[in-house]
Amino acid sequence: MSFKRLLGSLALGAAIAFPAMADNDPAVETRQGQFKLFVHNFGVLGSMAQGRIDYDADLAQTAADNLFHLTRHDQSRLWPEGTDSMSIDGTRAKPEIWDNLDDFVAKFVALQDAAETLQGAAGQGLDTMQGAFGPTAGTCQACHQEYREEAS
Amino acid sequence: MRKLLSGLATLGLIAAGAAWWLSAPRPLDAQMLADLTGDAEAGETIFLASGCSSCHRGAEREADPLVLTGGREFESDFGTFIAPNISPDPDHGIGNWSKPEFINAVMRGISPEGTHYYPAFPYTSYIKANPQDMADLYVYMMTLPRDATPSQPHDLGFPFNIRRSVGLWKTLFLREDWAVTGDLTPEETRGRYLSEALAHCAECHTPRNALGALNRAEWNRGAPNPSGRGRIPAIAGPDFDWSAFDISAYLSSGLTPDFDVVGGSMADVVGNLRQLDRSELDAIAAYILRASR
Repeated sequence: MSFKRLLGSLALGAAIAFPAMADNDPAVETRQGQFKLFVHNFGVLGSMAQGRIDYDADLAQTAADNLFHLTRHDQSRLWPEGTDSMSIDGTRAKPEIWDNLDDFVAKFVALQDAAETLQGAAGQGLDTMQGAFGPTAGTCQACHQEYREEAS
Repeated sequence: MRKLLSGLATLGLIAAGAAWWLSAPRPLDAQMLADLTGDAEAGETIFLASGCSSCHRGAEREADPLVLTGGREFESDFGTFIAPNISPDPDHGIGNWSKPEFINAVMRGISPEGTHYYPAFPYTSYIKANPQDMADLYVYMMTLPRDATPSQPHDLGFPFNIRRSVGLWKTLFLREDWAVTGDLTPEETRGRYLSEALAHCAECHTPRNALGALNRAEWNRGAPNPSGRGRIPAIAGPDFDWSAFDISAYLSSGLTPDFDVVGGSMADVVGNLRQLDRSELDAIAAYILRASR
């Protein structure tokens, strides 16, 4: 689980290098940008799953490919210690993430696995895509339930 | 002087008597409740719509929503409330409660011993429910697994730790009338029942006054999160622009119109409501839009 190892070593480095983080920490902005890109693709599949737009196999496959690759983006520089909602404004990331890193990483890995299944299903027809879409949303929810603050 | 003192003493006694009288529990008629016959299958729908398990299941995140062991903590301005065990365990839950005792607990906030419950328990909403639905709920909840975890006492400061004072609070704030009135379609009327009497959306989405009562003038217009950082979002008013489809889809999938995925305490709400018929969610959506005007 290299994500966690990298996360750990980087967090320590960041704590030494930046004892007082600015509120507009670039890592926070970047990781929020990452989640926007998740949604940018996830939303295409969701729109089809909910019948807001017609199912299009090519469009669905492209979105699922993107999501697959995006969720493989190395996370090691995106979660430095001190970038939680107790320490700074402008983030909804609860400090519990850093208290329960093993669980947080496991939940992220579950998202990666779900995105892989979705990639295999997205172009195979609406029903098949929907069958893989719900569990992917479930992996998002698992983290949001535990590790995300209410919006302000 | 003596006359003045005895006069003051008399006034004091009258005031104390009035406070005692005003703070007394006012239960529903026990015979009327005893005559109701409940149905477990119908009760399951009431259970899901009312969100009992969101607060009363175990404290662990993965706790089974059908094992109502209690133990979840709810911070507030008045102290920390800890949800009690309401599984049908006879010693530590509600297994020995009669149907009238159960319905008076849920719809009037009165314990079988005749003491007041704090309005962290949303009997403030359930007071609008149909007693028949509560009889159904009673039968259903008695079929759930028993759990012998003892309930924990709340951790409240003075004077909120005096339960009798809740009686005065009820006299001031406990209301049976609908927040949204006027001409409603049948679907909006059903949605109002589901939302105001059972799902108690407003308990989190409406701001409260200094004594913790909902501010009806700001119905569903968003509120500070009572148990943490951030805000509970507005689901009414000029900034709320969801369609009926958006609301219904959100309640059945946890996906916002922007395809953000539900989190926090709302995830439990969606987990329950998504098990209802879609027509029920459409009714809630119709009501939410009606209340948003």
